Amino acid sequence: MNYPNELKYSKSHEWIRYEGDVAIIGISDFAQDALGDVVFINLPAPGDEVIAGDSFGDVESVKAVSDLISPVSGTVLAVNDELEDSPELLNQDPYAAWIIKVEGVTQEEELLSADDYEAFCAEEG
Amino acid sequence: MKLIFEKSVPGRSHQYLPKCDVDGVRLPENLSRTHAPKLPELSETDLSRHYTELNRNVHGVNSGFYPLGSCTMKYNPRINEEMAALPGFTGIHPLAPAHTTRGAQEVLEVSRQLLCEITGMDDMTFQPAAGAHGEFAGVLLIKQYHHARGDFKRTKIIVPDSAHGTNPATAAMCGYTVVNIPSAPNGCVDLEALKQVLGEDTAGLMLTNPNTVGIFDENILEITRLVHEAGGLCYYDGANLNAVMGVVRPGDMGFDCVHLNLHKTFSTPHGGGGPGSGAVGCKAHLAPFLPKSAMMDEGEHIQVRSFAGNFLVVVKAMTYILTLGREGIPEAAKNAVLNANYLQAKLKGTFTPAFDRICMHEFVLDLSSFRKETGVSALDVAKTLIDYGMHPPTMYFPLIVHEALMLEPTETESVETLDWAAEVLRKLYALAYEDPEYMHNAPHNAQIARPDEVRAARNPILRYQA
Repeated sequence: MNYPNELKYSKSHEWIRYEGDVAIIGISDFAQDALGDVVFINLPAPGDEVIAGDSFGDVESVKAVSDLISPVSGTVLAVNDELEDSPELLNQDPYAAWIIKVEGVTQEEELLSADDYEAFCAEEG
Repeated sequence: MKLIFEKSVPGRSHQYLPKCDVDGVRLPENLSRTHAPKLPELSETDLSRHYTELNRNVHGVNSGFYPLGSCTMKYNPRINEEMAALPGFTGIHPLAPAHTTRGAQEVLEVSRQLLCEITGMDDMTFQPAAGAHGEFAGVLLIKQYHHARGDFKRTKIIVPDSAHGTNPATAAMCGYTVVNIPSAPNGCVDLEALKQVLGEDTAGLMLTNPNTVGIFDENILEITRLVHEAGGLCYYDGANLNAVMGVVRPGDMGFDCVHLNLHKTFSTPHGGGGPGSGAVGCKAHLAPFLPKSAMMDEGEHIQVRSFAGNFLVVVKAMTYILTLGREGIPEAAKNAVLNANYLQAKLKGTFTPAFDRICMHEFVLDLSSFRKETGVSALDVAKTLIDYGMHPPTMYFPLIVHEALMLEPTETESVETLDWAAEVLRKLYALAYEDPEYMHNAPHNAQIARPDEVRAARNPILRYQA
């Protein structure tokens, strides 16, 4: 399992990194492995508000539908449309397959470092 | 096997109708088809063989053990079918004058009384076509109740994280915000978590009891009291009523309304075998908003479906209740619980139960440590079971248990069948350590090999492509 050091992680298994003021959000390697093959993703639209701790979309795998939880509050700047046609990218390379970019971040959930997140996953899994 | 379209031969058919001996009438051009419909053309022999082959390739409760958790795949007594096939029921039209269909109305009335007695409700409708439709109608009752009192501030429905997916979906469809609360470590409602989210904006709580991990929530009276205290109402999802029917009543637990899956609990075919019936019952304070059938001689009524709903399903359910009677209904529930506990106990030392305690009518196995050790997933076990002539249990549900397998044997299985099922499961448990590869590739002896579910979900082909 891969936990890149330069990312921060939420306990609901999203990763986040910043490019300037813009937060980029995806799901972790642990999340994609637990979900299994992702077959569908429900994305928000640019301009939508997201709230830290609330769902901003969902992913459907062959096992189940799971909410995507936003680690930050802000406004959706962009969504990765490519995932709509190729949701398998989330399985193939979860850290390259970003899901949304958020600007105007006003609030951030308590986030974990790569090491802490790895320990958290070891406990969960 | 070939599709029926692939067996079709142009011009082949079987004719029962005599030649038309009156002049034909042609529809106006704009209403006529430009092409004949693409229907398969087969002789009666080929048709009969086609359906018999389909029947052989299907696993139903009549072909073998079918412990699909949360689905109550119990045996459907033949007498139900016999009653539903009576010409007095099959030959009537829903628009026939009411005085000519008194028998059918009596079926609805008797069923209403019996099921109100079983659920502890004051009134009931048979309009909803199945469970999710019943949930939708039930939560709309709650909404209407609040609105009729001028209370528009209640915008939230509370749903535990162990709930059936239809619960949050129903609440959202009814325009409510869904508030998910985490379960306590014992799989039941976390009272503290519930207290935290209750408030003036609480419209209601949706709950299954016994819950989706097969445990009866012992705090149920406290739970419904807390919700009522906050001004909310309590909705009972009847999916698991089979564990308690005739023993405990949702009405006595404090629920205000309930939906029943007549097609599960009251033994009518489902899961591809027939239509459902999601009867909705309620206490007197919700009764004014209850959908009514147009078959009843009344003027004003609310409907969620045409006429009396899936009427013949109600005939079957009533037959079932009258056949079992006041003693038989609770006995069936108790045997369902006994069978589940027997099978759970027989599996001791193999797959780990998610909650190691006496269960109700179903139990959940947690295969996550088993998967870590062997690499064999719950899906692999389920697929291998097919080779043994057993329908796989429910997989990956409830979501709060990882690698879940949920087994519900139902009351209609004999001890011999349960012993056999336990033996098969024990065998697969051992096999996973010896030959995991075999299980990754199962089934090996079924009509088709393991389908590519991912491809099917990503690129579904939903109609025959000639």
